[in-house]
Amino acid sequence: MTAEGKIDPMHQFTIEPIAPLHVGGYDISFTQSAAWMLFALALIFTFMALGLRRELVPGRWQMAVEGLTGFIDDMVKVNIGPEGRKFVPYIFALFTFILVSNLAGLLPLAVIPGLHPFTTTSQFSITGVLAVLSFSIVVIVGFWRHGLHFFSLFVPHGTPAVMIPLIAPIEVISFMVRPFSLGLRLFVAMIAGHILMEVFGSFIVSGFHGGAMGLGVAILSFLFIVFVVALELLMCVIQAYVFALLTTLYLSDAINLH
Amino acid sequence: MPQITQLADVFASQLFWLAVVFGLIFFGIGRGMLPRVRSAVDQRDRRVAEDLEQAKAARTTAEETEARWRTRMDEARVEAARIAQEAKGASARETEARVRDALAEIDSKVELARLRIRDAVAAARTELEAVAAEGAQQVVQQLTGISVDRQEAAKAVQSELEMMTPVER
Repeated sequence: MTAEGKIDPMHQFTIEPIAPLHVGGYDISFTQSAAWMLFALALIFTFMALGLRRELVPGRWQMAVEGLTGFIDDMVKVNIGPEGRKFVPYIFALFTFILVSNLAGLLPLAVIPGLHPFTTTSQFSITGVLAVLSFSIVVIVGFWRHGLHFFSLFVPHGTPAVMIPLIAPIEVISFMVRPFSLGLRLFVAMIAGHILMEVFGSFIVSGFHGGAMGLGVAILSFLFIVFVVALELLMCVIQAYVFALLTTLYLSDAINLH
Repeated sequence: MPQITQLADVFASQLFWLAVVFGLIFFGIGRGMLPRVRSAVDQRDRRVAEDLEQAKAARTTAEETEARWRTRMDEARVEAARIAQEAKGASARETEARVRDALAEIDSKVELARLRIRDAVAAARTELEAVAAEGAQQVVQQLTGISVDRQEAAKAVQSELEMMTPVER
C-alpha cells in the first residue's frame, strides 16, 4: 500500500488473484474479491441457518432472522402488492448480499498483519452486473406480463396527446438510465467512503511524523475518521436498502404499470 | 482507478464468482431457507390467531357461566332472605304465644292466691267476729249486767268491724 511513504488510496480496490483458474479461455481465477463474496455467502448462510429452528416461541436469533425476512416481505408487499410474493427471494438475495458485502468491507481486519478487508460492492463489475440483472428482470417481467402494452409505461397516465412525443423520449431515457443509476449509486457511495477513510487514515500516519502540528492534524483526522466510519456504517445499510427498494419499485412498474 | 483499469482482466472472474455466490444466495437461501422461515412465521401467526379465538370463546363461556351463577346466587339470596324472614316471624309468634300462656298461667295463679287470701281473710274474720261477739257479750254482762242476745252482739261487732276495715268484695 505504501510505496516509499506514498499512500495510494485507490490501491485498496485492486483485485488480486489468489488461485489462477482458466476455463475455456476465460480467466475465472479465484481472487480476493471472490473470497470476500464467499465470505458474505458464508455469513448470510450462517445467519439464516442459525435462525431456522422454526420454534413456536422464537429465540433471539430466530427473531432476528424473522425480522429480516419480515422486513423484506413487507417491503415487497407494500411496493408491489400481493403479486410481488414470488420476487421476495430475489429481493432478499439482493439486500442481504449487498448489505453483508458492504459491512464486511468495513471490518477492522487491517489490525491483523497481512489481512485487508475488501469491499466487493466497491467494484463496478459487481454492482453493474447486479443492476443489469435487476433491470433485465424488470424488462422481462414487464414484457412477459403485458406484452407490447408494456411500452405504455413510457406514457404517464393522463398525458395530453400533444405532449406524448416530448414526454415519451424523456421517459425512455429515464428508464434506460435506471441500471446505471442503480449500479453507480452503490459503487460510488462505497468507493467514496473507503477513499475518505483511507485518506484520513494516511493523514494520521503521516501526522505522527510531522511534529506538533502534524500531531494536531493526526488527532483531528482521527476524530473525523470516527465520524466517517459511523456514517459509513449507516451508508452500508442505506445503500443496500435503496438498491432493494428501487428494484421493488421498478418491478412494481413492470407488474402494475400505472 | 483499478476498477476501470482492471475491468477487462477481472470481469470474467468477477462475473463467474458473483454468479456462483449470488446464485447460491438466491436458490439456496432465498428459495430454500426463506420459505421455511416464512412458513414458521405463518404457522405461528395462525396458531396465535387460533389460540386467541379459543381464548375468546372460553371467555364468553366463562362470562355466561358467571352470569348464570350470579342469577342463581341472587335467587338463592332472595330465598334465604325469605326463609329467614319466615323463621323470624314464626319464632316471634311462638315466643308471643308462650309469653301469653305464661301470663295466663301466672294470672290464674294470682287469682287463685287472691281467692285463697280472701277466704282466709273471711274465715279469720268470722272467727274473729265470733270471738269478738262472745267477748262483747261477756263484757256487757259483767259491766252492765244486761244479757245481750248473742245475735245482737254479733251484729254490733260486725257493723263495728265493717266501719274499721271495709271488706273488699
